[in-house]
Amino acid sequence: MTEKNPLLDFRDIHVEVEGKEVIRGVSLQVYSGQIHAIMGPNGSGKSSLSNALMGHPDYSIIKGEAYLDGQNMLKMSPDERSHAGLFLAFQYPLAIPGVTVANFLRTALKSHRGKDADMSDFRRIFLKQMNALSIDRSFATRYLNEGFSGGEKKKVEILQMAMLNPKIALLDETDSGLDIDALKIVSNEINRFHNDNNGILLVTHYQRLLNYVKPHHVHVMISGRLVKSGGPELALQLEEKGYDWIEKATRGKVEV
Amino acid sequence: MSDSAKQPNSDLTNLNNDYATKYGFRDPVDYFHKGAKGINHEVVEMISKLKKEPRWMTDRRHEALDMFFSKPIPQWGNTALLNEIDFQNIYYFVKPVKEMSKDWDDVPEYIKKTFDRLGIPEAEKKFLGGVSAQYESEVVYHSMRDDLKKQGVIFLSMDGGLHEQEEVVRKYFGTVVPPADNKFAALNTAVWSGGSFIYVPPGLDVKIPLQAYFRINVENMGQFERTLIIADKGSRVHYIEGCTAPIYSTESLHAAVVEVIALEGAYIRYTTIQNWARNIFNLVTKRASAYRNATVEWIDGNIGSRLSMKYPCIQLVGEGAKAEVLSVAFAGINQHQDAGAKVIHAAPNTSSRITSKSISKDNGRASYRGLVKIYKNAVNSKASVECDALLIGEEARSDTYPTMEIDNDQVKVEHEARVSKVAEEQLFYLTSRGLTEDEARLLIVNGFMEPFTKELPMEYAVELNRLIELEMEGTVG
Repeated sequence: MTEKNPLLDFRDIHVEVEGKEVIRGVSLQVYSGQIHAIMGPNGSGKSSLSNALMGHPDYSIIKGEAYLDGQNMLKMSPDERSHAGLFLAFQYPLAIPGVTVANFLRTALKSHRGKDADMSDFRRIFLKQMNALSIDRSFATRYLNEGFSGGEKKKVEILQMAMLNPKIALLDETDSGLDIDALKIVSNEINRFHNDNNGILLVTHYQRLLNYVKPHHVHVMISGRLVKSGGPELALQLEEKGYDWIEKATRGKVEV
Repeated sequence: MSDSAKQPNSDLTNLNNDYATKYGFRDPVDYFHKGAKGINHEVVEMISKLKKEPRWMTDRRHEALDMFFSKPIPQWGNTALLNEIDFQNIYYFVKPVKEMSKDWDDVPEYIKKTFDRLGIPEAEKKFLGGVSAQYESEVVYHSMRDDLKKQGVIFLSMDGGLHEQEEVVRKYFGTVVPPADNKFAALNTAVWSGGSFIYVPPGLDVKIPLQAYFRINVENMGQFERTLIIADKGSRVHYIEGCTAPIYSTESLHAAVVEVIALEGAYIRYTTIQNWARNIFNLVTKRASAYRNATVEWIDGNIGSRLSMKYPCIQLVGEGAKAEVLSVAFAGINQHQDAGAKVIHAAPNTSSRITSKSISKDNGRASYRGLVKIYKNAVNSKASVECDALLIGEEARSDTYPTMEIDNDQVKVEHEARVSKVAEEQLFYLTSRGLTEDEARLLIVNGFMEPFTKELPMEYAVELNRLIELEMEGTVG
């Protein structure tokens, strides 16, 4: 595995939001075929990291390097990062009034392929994916995220991921807002999406998603730093002992 | 954003070429009748004589011209721009061919070429009920499906209507928009030429939309079409006009009058998409009367022009009548869209809904100017007004001038106004899915207009989206 280049590779990333440094030197490599999870309490910087990696203009990377499949990501705009194979499932997806889910996805696919998708092909794949996620067909002609419940929004994020088929999927708190049935359905889709040629970086507060989507590596983020890394067992320890345990255990080693 | 990974958007590039050939071309000016510039009683007499009009129409024209001379330029709206109009530097009548053609073969070749580029014959094959394409001041091409004719639908040019249906025209002409209404209505009455005349007999439901294409092609030429639509009791009709105009270098005036009459139980929808060249003054008086249980709907899209002033009006004169105005205005660089709607509730149990959407970009300015008047006798009436403005860029401007005059308290009135900007967060969301910022902004704008677009027949919706795409090119911020 070490022979291969990582799909996602960032080193010593520092992120600033409104003049405040929220990520303070984070490094991680995600190789193809891997699932990583970053866990951490609220306000630890998990979402800031995802937003910064996707290129949100308010989250500036002030220091560090980041590569997507060997390409320097930091010089790319969000659309270029998307074309290069990065995807972010948003924690709070925005409503786009008047733009139907189907129209939006066709437009997005067109931008990726440089040409319009064949209508019947698109329709077939789109309906299949909606079906897999138990999304009612009526959502195709509903306006994107407008009036959707929290769970519906998250499902539609995963629908977008499945349609765009990225190399690296950043899933930001995808489990929040999902009831147990929806959580299983969404996890199923994430597992079905995952293969030897892509990588996933999950960002989550809770362990429960990890019962269904098994990470190879778990990292703990506290105050803008990754303070501990381990295997899937680390998530279980966190579930049992809480984040205080890590904070205590790492105090002294890390300035918090 | 850098240019490196930006996909060459062939659609946009092609569209641009398309636009140049499709809308920007002009044919050589070689007209049969081209009068002198300027306006006086002699010009009016000549217009009427050339058209072989009955004397009563000639007299109306002269009376209207006097009203035009005596009325001041409106002292509201964009007066600075209005004062720029030089009435003596405009052609008031141009007639490109000797006779109106009913057969496509009779249409001169260069005009056919224009229509081919506009896609008229193609569109006709698909779903046109009748085509009345206005080229210059005269209708040159006019066709109607045989079955419509058999059903008794009269769809003529206004000039044709005057000759073939003189009594009907005489009965209704100027009853909804009298020449004294405003300076531009007076001017139109004096020099009108072209436009459509439609009569739908009682109880008939015209299933296919009736359409007309309009076009201006001479510099400094005013276009003063006059349209009269009468839907007799219980009938239904949808009329569509789409306008494109080439790009000019000097000012051009467009002052149309549209009169619409929906008799008891009738339904009329009037759809307009206007895309005027950027230097055109578009000053239009559109008004409808809806009788008992009748419905009138204005679907009105305004793109382009230097200044548009347009307030489609519906007078609800019969009990139970309904009005709907749905409009979109797009104000790009150096443009002012002063648009809105008026509804007059003059009978009980009437209802109205106005939805006005505007987009201002760069230093463009969109104003909503509206009036809802509910008379004392119009008890149990309902009115709702919704204004929605989208601003693109720091200099873009939107204003709202809503007026409500409510003379009785047994009514339900709602008014909502919203101004929004294209949000940074929305742009990020869409760009993270691979859309460029321009594409993302366009998608947001198209979404904003969707409540309007979805009311249009497919061809027009596609056309409108492409026009907006052009207008949105190179937007910053």
